[in-house]
Amino acid sequence: MKKSDAFSPGPTPTFEESAKESLSDSQLRRNLGKATQTIRRKRAEAVGEMPDWEGLREAGRALKERVMRHLDEYLLQLEESVTRAGGKVHWARDAEEANRIIAGIVKDHGAEEVVKVKSIATDETKLNEHLEREGIRAFETDLAELIIQLAGETSSHILVPAIHKNRAEIRELFMERLGAQNLSDSPSDLTETARLYLREKFLAARVGISGANFAVAETGTVCVVESEGNGRMCTTLPPVLVTLMGIEKVIPAWRDFEVFMQLLPRSSTAERMNPYTSFWTGVSEGDGPREFHLVLMDNGRTDVLADEIGRQTLNCIRCSACLNVCPVYERTGGHAYNSVYPGPIGAILTPQLVGIGDPGPDSLPYASSLCGACYQVCPVKINIPEVLVHLRGKVTRHKQDRGGPRQKLDPENVAMQTVARVFSDPQLYEKAQRLARVGQWPFARGGSIGRLPGRLAGWTAVRDLKPVPQQSFREWWRQNRGSV
Amino acid sequence: MVEAEQGIRLVATAKETILWRIRHATRDVPEEERPEAVAVERAYRKEDRADRGEIVARFAERAAEYEAEVHRVGPAELPRAIEEALRRRGVRRLVIPPYLPREWIPEGVETLHDAARSRLTNQELDESDAVLTGCALGIAQTGTIVLDAGRAQGRRALTLLPDYHLCIVRERQIVGLVPESFASLERAVKGEGRAVTFVSGPSATSDIELDRVEGVHGPRTLEVLIVG
Repeated sequence: MKKSDAFSPGPTPTFEESAKESLSDSQLRRNLGKATQTIRRKRAEAVGEMPDWEGLREAGRALKERVMRHLDEYLLQLEESVTRAGGKVHWARDAEEANRIIAGIVKDHGAEEVVKVKSIATDETKLNEHLEREGIRAFETDLAELIIQLAGETSSHILVPAIHKNRAEIRELFMERLGAQNLSDSPSDLTETARLYLREKFLAARVGISGANFAVAETGTVCVVESEGNGRMCTTLPPVLVTLMGIEKVIPAWRDFEVFMQLLPRSSTAERMNPYTSFWTGVSEGDGPREFHLVLMDNGRTDVLADEIGRQTLNCIRCSACLNVCPVYERTGGHAYNSVYPGPIGAILTPQLVGIGDPGPDSLPYASSLCGACYQVCPVKINIPEVLVHLRGKVTRHKQDRGGPRQKLDPENVAMQTVARVFSDPQLYEKAQRLARVGQWPFARGGSIGRLPGRLAGWTAVRDLKPVPQQSFREWWRQNRGSV
Repeated sequence: MVEAEQGIRLVATAKETILWRIRHATRDVPEEERPEAVAVERAYRKEDRADRGEIVARFAERAAEYEAEVHRVGPAELPRAIEEALRRRGVRRLVIPPYLPREWIPEGVETLHDAARSRLTNQELDESDAVLTGCALGIAQTGTIVLDAGRAQGRRALTLLPDYHLCIVRERQIVGLVPESFASLERAVKGEGRAVTFVSGPSATSDIELDRVEGVHGPRTLEVLIVG
């Protein structure tokens, strides 16, 4: 059964509720632990051999900043370039409009089946479900996407969506759904089964659907980065190609690929270069599709753009490096985020795209220990912790504004205001420290506090707390080096 | 676009709405600011200054690291090397793109020639055993082969459907760094809008328990002959 996610109608469960479920799944935790550790190590190697990595990151960040500040101009330039190259550009305000445009194109060509290359944008719009209602079957062609589509599940990782499934489960699935006989559970046999099944679909399809990693305003060139070859198949073989992209994916010039095509593969799959990258510019006579449609979708992105701190979220190139280094993601996996965008980037992107006010997305900015590892690995330098804290503030303010006096007297709210007052006044701060030292003695045992009383018990239920030391640094300094 | 009978537009188009939303969202950006005014510092390497021999050796090494089979041959040995490679793989039906140098075309196999006036069907390509092409560029830094639908490469489907891709790379086609490749492709893309494909090793997946499996949808074998 498909779980409701942040981009489906209705309220979404909170991260805390869903994480409980994931944490009790030992298979998932084992797979995730293995996967994230492997990718982390490999990424560090791939980045380590680049003496100019920081220069590339800065260039990537600056290019994205330039695009975001002038997004209207770049989109108009992109439209002009694609049109000049023989493509057609469509604009979609939201998911529903994007789905309607795509279904319309498919129907115009009388196609009842389409082949798709993995695209998170189409997951966001629930395109497959929409097409199904219109009588069109969409075949996912990325191996992992095929697996989860056959299982009727959702992705749990941007890059390795079926990370939660083991080979025995996949074998069962292929035998049941693809009618494969005498199948072993070796990954190469399973892959061969998928190859044969999908080869027929590729050759028969009249319409291919893709996402886009980048689109160049200057030339109209669209780019898909992949490993398996299904992206090349979908963008080359069907006579009609439809690409859905979020408006933030535009980059200024062809030459800027020299930055992004270095940053993305090493951050994403930890390779010097991914096996296949396709760049196409409108339609080419006698080579590939005869018809090309590019759908530019907003769906909440302009709301993200309007927030000067949140805006940097749109820099994201969907590499998933932040997922693999996140201590929270490593334990809970992607499903706990209830969004097509999991992990640290999802925790800031989802609530901004759908807006504050749904308990699920509102809980995401709290799904972090603010350790900052995500910021360190981000190839376009998105300051994720900064945006997380900013969004926590927005969620809290939203609660205050919406709620009556009860919310205003909410213990978290009162506590935060008290803390803010104490932290901003050195004398008050030192007084509080002394008071805490006296107050903590019944709880501090053997150098740590294992249990706090009353409402504070929630904090110590899952962690120990360091007691306030007998002497603060300022006190020590006063005693040993004179006055402060 | 919905228009009232009097010709007054009542509803904005999606394009107008999105552009309006963007302008509203970025109203903190000064009206007179030009995109180029947002500084982009490009403090990264743009050219590999190592000597040619080192660059070619690096290309060979890195292409091989991504599981491509790589051999270096002299110009005189090339035709024999091609024939041997094809024989080793038991190739019987070989796809030939337009403008492939005549001396590369081997004897003793059935050749399927793709041409603008008589294109091979997808079915024919699917049923062939191999394709023999040149390339636009090689990138030493990443072991990448670049195809740009130019001479001796043909349209994209030719290098996609056959299960074995034998690619000839001339030493002088090899560049050092990724930025050099985009610089030299600029003309093919800007001027002629040609499709460009980067190939780094054969098709691969790690989707099942992160075990790497070669050959999902593209050619399962990539072999590279570097000609000095």
